[in-house]
Amino acid sequence: MAPGSYEVFEHGADYGVRGLGPTMEAAFENAARAMFSIAVENSSAVRPARRIPVSAVGSDAETLLVEWLNALLAAASLEGIVLGDCRARVAEGSVNGEAVGEPFDSSRHAGGTEVKGATYTLLRVAREGERFVAQCVVDV
Amino acid sequence: MRTSDLIQVSEGCHEIPAAGGMNVPARIFAGRALLEEMDEKVREQITNVARLPGIVKAACAMPDAHWGYGFPIGGVAAFDPAEGGVISMGGIGYDISCGVRTLRTGLSEEEVAPRLEKVATTLFERVPAGVGSEGKIRLDRKGLDRVLLGGGRWAVEQGWGEPDELEFVEERGCMGGADPGAVSDTAKSRGLNQIGTLGSGNHYLELQVVEEVFDPAAASAFGIAPGEVLLSLHCGSRALGHQVATDYQRELAKASKRLALALPDRELVCAPIDSPEGRRYFGAMVAAVNGALANRQVIAALAARAFREVFPQARVRILYDVSHNTCKVEEHSVDGGRRRRLWVHRKGATRAFGPGHPDLPASYRDVGQPVLVGGTMGTASYVLAGTAASAGLAFASACHGAGRAMSRTEALRNWRGERVERELAARGIVIKGHSLRGLAEEAPGAYKDIRAVAEATERAGLARKVARLRPIGCVKG
Repeated sequence: MAPGSYEVFEHGADYGVRGLGPTMEAAFENAARAMFSIAVENSSAVRPARRIPVSAVGSDAETLLVEWLNALLAAASLEGIVLGDCRARVAEGSVNGEAVGEPFDSSRHAGGTEVKGATYTLLRVAREGERFVAQCVVDV
Repeated sequence: MRTSDLIQVSEGCHEIPAAGGMNVPARIFAGRALLEEMDEKVREQITNVARLPGIVKAACAMPDAHWGYGFPIGGVAAFDPAEGGVISMGGIGYDISCGVRTLRTGLSEEEVAPRLEKVATTLFERVPAGVGSEGKIRLDRKGLDRVLLGGGRWAVEQGWGEPDELEFVEERGCMGGADPGAVSDTAKSRGLNQIGTLGSGNHYLELQVVEEVFDPAAASAFGIAPGEVLLSLHCGSRALGHQVATDYQRELAKASKRLALALPDRELVCAPIDSPEGRRYFGAMVAAVNGALANRQVIAALAARAFREVFPQARVRILYDVSHNTCKVEEHSVDGGRRRRLWVHRKGATRAFGPGHPDLPASYRDVGQPVLVGGTMGTASYVLAGTAASAGLAFASACHGAGRAMSRTEALRNWRGERVERELAARGIVIKGHSLRGLAEEAPGAYKDIRAVAEATERAGLARKVARLRPIGCVKG
């Protein structure tokens, strides 16, 4: 994987999401992009028609990742949209950011599987040399 | 799974003796062959469950057990509040009260076959499903609170189905003890437009034919006969339930910390049943159970209407409705002792009351509770019945499905949605999917052999086989 990228990895009955990046912010954003690609296969085709603020708090970086992903799921669902991209600003114990997306449109979006929640399973936020990795399993 | 150190209790049950902080032994209801195929994680997780405070008798894993969150999927555990017993989110899961409802249509395969494509298309069009779908019911907050208190009863009051159907739903369609006030605003907002939606992933609406009957007396009591077409649906409490789980994962983590509970796994966050956090989670969880029961009641009514649009002569009647991600308060006699009120967690496991249980509808009381086991769109599903022995084995619980043999990613490497659709069509099974990738993820070959799971369940004495169902059409969310 490139220093800034994302992937969906294998896990039992569900999926894992992994984001890599030169900063923790980038890793958090990429983990979220991996999650978006589960709900909409061509998530890069989701237009940034709406911008919604998203924030989360957590006692440590790992809890914060789970809270961030869950906050994104809730925000998208409350707004009635699917997400294509996001921005994260990570501070001590909190993340503030925004997510962009639009209402699901079956003519342009390849629907995948709804994500029910981010879990503590295979949860890891760490610095690996020059890059950060942020990952966990999501229940689908 | 390593089997060398397991103790064989019976042909269909193996035990991990209580050691290393386990309060009770762990029992895996599977024979050698199934055990050897089982994930090592099942052993680790069911052993962890046996360490939880106030657990009674044994931590149980069903024959379809696989790696889950905290509990294995297929995990059953009962807790006694009088012994400091806990309620754990890991024992219930994210999709609270996910379950299966099966309807009888009264029509034979010969009658349905000429219009199979038409009826599958009509079901696909009439029942909202897939990513981004919304239901036809619009609720405000007060309306949603009524759903969370009333469950299936609320749905029937709104005209979705008939009152006599509720007798054939666990808890008679409405679980007591719901506390809508313990459900967050976020969870409620997410639930407002989702009553009557199927969801996605492994949720489905399936047309099935009764292929083989193993127990004619039970089949007759359930009103099914070989060659008859059934309609089954599999779904749960949707985003409301997912959000309740997410919210209480956080709340119970705080409670576990406050009470200094030594947890072997973060996914096993819990609180004593008799604690403010435990009571709130139970109340919120029950509210979500009622959300799921209302959801399946509405979907069943939509599906029955769609079916009758194509077959006006059909008499669509409910067979039964089971939930397989729950915590219920039940009375059990443990090892022949006095009856105790226990909080029975079933994560990916079905309640399976035996004959004579007072909660069963009168017409089923002699044969036991129907246990609806959802298989895959290309193989089979089963109707089982609870046994007299099941209460003494695993708190009257049985398997819930085939269980995945292959991860979703691996399934995607092996199949494409178009191919799955084509191969099933060649076998006479009509598939209507909202997601091509979803079809590949759910490819029948990605699941374990459901026949082996049903056999193992029967051999272990948890439930007995009544009928095998063969799919002929499937709507996938």
